[in-house]
Amino acid sequence: MLKPESEEQLAEMVRSANGPLSVRGGGTRHVPGDGEALTTSGLTGITLYEPGALTLVARAGTPMAVVEKALAKEGQRLPFEPMDHRALLGTKGTPTIGGAVAMNVSGPRRVQAGACRDSLIGVRFVDGEGTVIKNGGRVMKNVTGYDLVKLVAGARGSLGVLSEVSFKVLPSAATSVSLLIEGLDVTRAVACMSMALASPYEVNGAAHVPVGLDGTPVTMIRIEGLEGSVTYRAAKLQALLSSFGTVVVERRSGREGGLGVEAGWAWIRDVKAFEGTDGDVWRVSARPSHAPDIVARAGAEAALLDWGGGLVWLRLPEGTDLRARLGDFGGHATRVRGTGPGALPPEPDALATLTSGIRARFDPRGLFNPMTGV
Amino acid sequence: MEMPNVDPFTIAKKDRLITRLLQVLPDDAVIHEPEETRAYECDALTAYRCPPLAVVLPRTTDEVAAVLKICHDMEIPVVPRGSGTSLAGGALPTADSVILGVARMTDVLEVDYDDRIIRLQTGRTNLSVTGAVEADGFFYAPDPSSQLACAIAGNIGMNSGGAHCLKYGVTTNNLLGVTMVLMDGTVVEVGGAHMDAGGLDLLGVICGSEGQLGVVTEATLRILPKPEGARPVLMAFDDNETAGACVADIIKAGVLPVAIEFMDRPVIRATEAFAHAGYPDAEALLIVEVEGSEDEIDEQLEVIEKIARTHNPVELRRSTSSDESARIWLGRKSAFGAMGQINDYMCLDGTIPVSELPRILRGIGDLSAKYGLDVGNVFHAGDGNMHPLILFDANKPGDLELCENMGADILKLCVEVGGCLTGEHGVGVEKRELMGHQFNEGDMEAQLRVKDVFDPKWLLNPAKVFPLSVTESRRV
Ligand SMILES: Cc1cc2nc3c(=O)[nH]c(=O)nc-3n(C[C@H](O)[C@H](O)[C@H](O)COP(=O)(O)OP(=O)(O)OC[C@H]3O[C@@H](n4cnc5c(N)ncnc54)[C@H](O)[C@@H]3O)c2cc1C
Repeated sequence: MLKPESEEQLAEMVRSANGPLSVRGGGTRHVPGDGEALTTSGLTGITLYEPGALTLVARAGTPMAVVEKALAKEGQRLPFEPMDHRALLGTKGTPTIGGAVAMNVSGPRRVQAGACRDSLIGVRFVDGEGTVIKNGGRVMKNVTGYDLVKLVAGARGSLGVLSEVSFKVLPSAATSVSLLIEGLDVTRAVACMSMALASPYEVNGAAHVPVGLDGTPVTMIRIEGLEGSVTYRAAKLQALLSSFGTVVVERRSGREGGLGVEAGWAWIRDVKAFEGTDGDVWRVSARPSHAPDIVARAGAEAALLDWGGGLVWLRLPEGTDLRARLGDFGGHATRVRGTGPGALPPEPDALATLTSGIRARFDPRGLFNPMTGV
Repeated sequence: MEMPNVDPFTIAKKDRLITRLLQVLPDDAVIHEPEETRAYECDALTAYRCPPLAVVLPRTTDEVAAVLKICHDMEIPVVPRGSGTSLAGGALPTADSVILGVARMTDVLEVDYDDRIIRLQTGRTNLSVTGAVEADGFFYAPDPSSQLACAIAGNIGMNSGGAHCLKYGVTTNNLLGVTMVLMDGTVVEVGGAHMDAGGLDLLGVICGSEGQLGVVTEATLRILPKPEGARPVLMAFDDNETAGACVADIIKAGVLPVAIEFMDRPVIRATEAFAHAGYPDAEALLIVEVEGSEDEIDEQLEVIEKIARTHNPVELRRSTSSDESARIWLGRKSAFGAMGQINDYMCLDGTIPVSELPRILRGIGDLSAKYGLDVGNVFHAGDGNMHPLILFDANKPGDLELCENMGADILKLCVEVGGCLTGEHGVGVEKRELMGHQFNEGDMEAQLRVKDVFDPKWLLNPAKVFPLSVTESRRV
């Protein structure tokens, strides 16, 4: 396995490659393609961290845990709450910061703080000709030239191998609270989440679990901030959402039988509900108000809603053609696990022409990972 | 400043072009008399002017597509235009180009509060987006100071920011989808009302591409519930270093203000003389604003003021009413106007790492002495986006060049300390030739490739963003 220890080595390896490369970070996902394996796990280390400027720069292979620990020491965190895929995919390995960027991995806080790509302020990567390219930088406001940072985020390694990534980070919250409402069907749950998200109370998590740990559906709303403010907003939301049923306020410790605030949201983030199950897992990105219809049409064995309904996780029997069931709904469906039809959503012709044109120019020899869903 | 040579063959095609444009557009949408095209000879970078060959003001995406098809056919360059408030010359025409303005495309197409989105035609002004939803308690977050005039089209073109983007992000963080017409007339839908891309994030590279990849005709934007309230605290310090250190400490403390604005002594004095906001005569002044209910605001300001006190402010004034808030903001909001009373000014827009604040302010002071031109600094301190205002006399021969050279030196300094040439105004023609200071050849080539794909003939706004020598072989 190729394991560059520096950006120069990485560039040299790409330049001298004479067949496809199978590029991976910490090996938490199955990387498709049968090229020569190349891991970024030798490119590690935080190269710059300025808490007072809310910026952190790290080499792409730096384990996520290392980044999160350094941030936690200063009372800060990555705004986008990256998911850990290992439970869902049944894999081992070490999640890396570059892997999160390559997949634009974004958790529940997406609804307020944005996706991974929104916090990403700079990248360095090696393209298919072995040229080191930098874009963006270490400042959070930058419109100098085209924003290739966003293009590379979520490109699944298809445009180049990331060597370094820079982020805008945020202070961690002093207090986090969950509001829990039991017994809602998907339609009512989405209405409830929309009402919470449309309130001025700064909701930064809105998820629905159709079958909770005790079998009852539970809708979860999260608010974070200074103690007094959280107490105030929790009370306001309790009143606002009362027409949906009893609103239980869960503090750090958690209610009986529950996971507690932090573990509860990690459970949502990592789609733990599907851990150890069989079948294909799909991730559907849609308008929140379309979620009930999507769940109904999918006829899935299990579902989980995040982002106020904007993100629908579905578990289906192996090989199910979910896209055929959903028809055209304006969003897209990606297969994240299993063997069903084409993992990535097909693009309309005009977009596909642009996408393949860009890929051909960044990777003229076709060395890098094909775009896939996992 | 240099512009590409005008192609006489293109000029010679004018009559044929007008005839063809009139076949697809109503008469009132095609402007070609020299006395009328003059109205489009510049944007807010008024030092540079050049009337275009013609101006078209279509009303629909189909009309835009028809125009682009003709220009593509005839190989005539097109410069997209919103409201023409660019400070970088992004909408500056060349004599052989067609200005394609979206100013008549102002419709709201859809508002959905459950999904918290608005879809509209991009000629709509920034402020009137909020205007369309504020009665229902919502707003559109990015708030450039030009928001009364600038259009969403230009905001997308430049990826514009504003005073409140420390908390809410800039245009790209609030843009969910666009309808865009490529130079050959193909209409593409990128993104939508959902929250992420299914394939490559093309939307991400379209936003901020300065009208070089396509003409954006419709956009889906994220709208947000209005906070219950907002109030600032004003703090003044004896020196810039202390103010800079205070900014860093506030950010580290865990309360994230919506805005942290910084003004230095020259700007404080100018605004006092002009707007009488009651600012103390100090070396540096910060306005820090937070949002929430009355109690939530006080809770946050308590934390912020406690930090400020450790830096011995010469003044610390918390607003307790909307009147006091308005007074605190009055000076900041009239800063540009106040500087304009003193002389002509050039507004720079580099960003620096916040920790480099003292060093960059010292550097700017040195350059001011060297060039003999006064500078005032007012900027978004939370994110390091500087706006040095260099004063000069446009009527004095040589002063503009002097000012431009000094501006270039300041921007180079921003890059040197780890920042960038432009934080929100864009490159346009103004900073085009400085790009080589921030990017090497490979970095720029990677960006040019993207344009090669979207606009293979290089007809859309071709003389912008990159140094002319770098794009020469690509432009027709
Ligand atoms: C007094 C003043 C204050 C300002 N304050 C701020 C500020 O606080 N923050 C900030 O970010 N900016 C600010 N600006 C700069 C300017 O207002 C912004 O860049 C604004 O977004 C430009 O919008 P516009 O509609 O006027 O665009 P234009 O000037 O018409 O065009 C801007 C760019 O967008 C491209 N473009 C226009 N329409 C389209 C389209 N339909 N499709 C594709 N590309 C298109 C153009 O080709 C050009 O490159 C200020 C300007 C002034 C004069």
